[in-house]
Amino acid sequence: MDTAEREKQFQEKIDSGLKVEAKEWMPENYRKQLMRMISQHAHSEIVGMLPEGNWITRAPSLRRKAVLLAKVQDEAGHGLYLYSAAETLGIDRKTMIDQLLSGKAKYSSIFNYPTISWADMGAIGWLVDGAAIVNQTMLARGSYGPYSRAMVRICKEESFHNRQGYEIIYQLAKGTPEQKEMAQDALNRWWWPSIQMLGPSDAQSKNSDETMRWRIKVESNDTVRQRFIDRTVPQAEAAGLTIPDPDLKYNEETEHWEIGEIEWTEFYRVIKGHGPCNRKRLKARQDAEREGQWVREAAAAYAGKQRARAVKAA
Amino acid sequence: MNKEEALQAYLIRLGDNALILGQRLGEWCGHAHQLESDIALTNVALDNVGQSRNLLTEAGRIEDKGRTEDDFAFFRKEQEFRNNLLVEQENGNFAQTITRQYLFDVFQFHLYKALTESKDEFLAGFAEKSLKEVTYHRKLSGDWMVRLGDGTDESHAKMQEALDIMWPFTGELFEMTEIDEVLIAEGIVPSLKDIEEKWRPEVEAVIDEATLAIPDTMGYMARGSRDGHHTEYLGYILAEMQALPRSMPDAKW
Repeated sequence: MDTAEREKQFQEKIDSGLKVEAKEWMPENYRKQLMRMISQHAHSEIVGMLPEGNWITRAPSLRRKAVLLAKVQDEAGHGLYLYSAAETLGIDRKTMIDQLLSGKAKYSSIFNYPTISWADMGAIGWLVDGAAIVNQTMLARGSYGPYSRAMVRICKEESFHNRQGYEIIYQLAKGTPEQKEMAQDALNRWWWPSIQMLGPSDAQSKNSDETMRWRIKVESNDTVRQRFIDRTVPQAEAAGLTIPDPDLKYNEETEHWEIGEIEWTEFYRVIKGHGPCNRKRLKARQDAEREGQWVREAAAAYAGKQRARAVKAA
Repeated sequence: MNKEEALQAYLIRLGDNALILGQRLGEWCGHAHQLESDIALTNVALDNVGQSRNLLTEAGRIEDKGRTEDDFAFFRKEQEFRNNLLVEQENGNFAQTITRQYLFDVFQFHLYKALTESKDEFLAGFAEKSLKEVTYHRKLSGDWMVRLGDGTDESHAKMQEALDIMWPFTGELFEMTEIDEVLIAEGIVPSLKDIEEKWRPEVEAVIDEATLAIPDTMGYMARGSRDGHHTEYLGYILAEMQALPRSMPDAKW
């Protein structure tokens, strides 16, 4: 069978709604797109541990401390099974991590913003995880079996994080004037980056055509973004907070919230490495890798000794 | 000192150990040498924070003055904390963190195991539940002791240095006061002398397997936590941990 024929059958399979599994034939570009997306997603989980890890030692109650620890632990777990999902495509974790550390691979740009107040723990759970859930619920319907199944599992935990985040914000917003100010300030800083994290608008998105044809993504960035906006605006209102967008209005006809213009120059500035924390985040990962070198070497050396002892004993 | 006072003080002692160790381990989050270890350290941190919440809440209940777990954690001064000096020692490198953890885990394991027999219903139930967690902690840190001690020359040197740093803080784990006397008489807690008898041979065997040596401290051991006299580290831990709630004492979180 020639490649054109195989691609045709592949497309038919996808169009009929069947999942593609790890060992099956797939076009090289399908594999590459998925590797890029899944590893980028895994890196986002790992880098995403840093802005939240920043508040574990300063959480204002023991309950909040425990919940935050559990949340960051969940993210490490998500990273692990996303790396595993990517490995089914024929790339190993070490290669992916090297790509992250060298700056070749990307991670979600949102984690290049600093967490400068406790309210940011609420804003990340509410807005960042909220946007992630809307996106990942869509990705869970995608064509690649291992990724879509990982998304189903991750979404369950993310929903939990999302509720906890909103609860933090809600409590602050209903608290003392100083706490309410913290909540509003966090919303002001995280709103637009959260809107942007769902990716370039459909007109500008260079990866979208092919990924939609192959059902790697089943909806466009703008569709997903609109869903996020529609579910988040009423939540802000319920908490008594103001979305930082003077042009925000409800369209009675379409029954959607319409936002003002998105500042894409800011988005691209951060993606290109010039956000407030790009260097800090990458350095933290590089430091962990370098400082952990002796530990990994020792573990390997010990395992080698154990094998030698077993051979000698046998 | 009556039974209630002694029990409340004992709960604070256990709760502070779990809290400060959990706080220290929380500093690692996102910075470990591999994802699996990040998850494991966070897991141990979470278990300890969870234990401290139970213990401090019960201490408040017995005291009966309306103090909550958060009042104990965030609104006490340095000298009111009763955690052992060992758990407040700095994380340093992974060797130091693991060595501190192991020396404490074996202590906590045997103590909790003995407490499952406590005549105090809360303590017995708490120990039963927490023993499962601590059994895993002790396995995790014990495995790393051996792996790193008997790994490469570099890891061996780092582990020996870590043991030299942490060992002098193990003596006071077993120091007893009037609190212990009152509670031992009531059958509520074990003698720490008995715990030491279980701790020592186990720790010595693992240190030996790890090809490490117990440092000669010339009979000297650090002490002070039973009187609230801490090392310089605790002040910084509390400054960081308590800053936010103390800056807004009327706020609810």
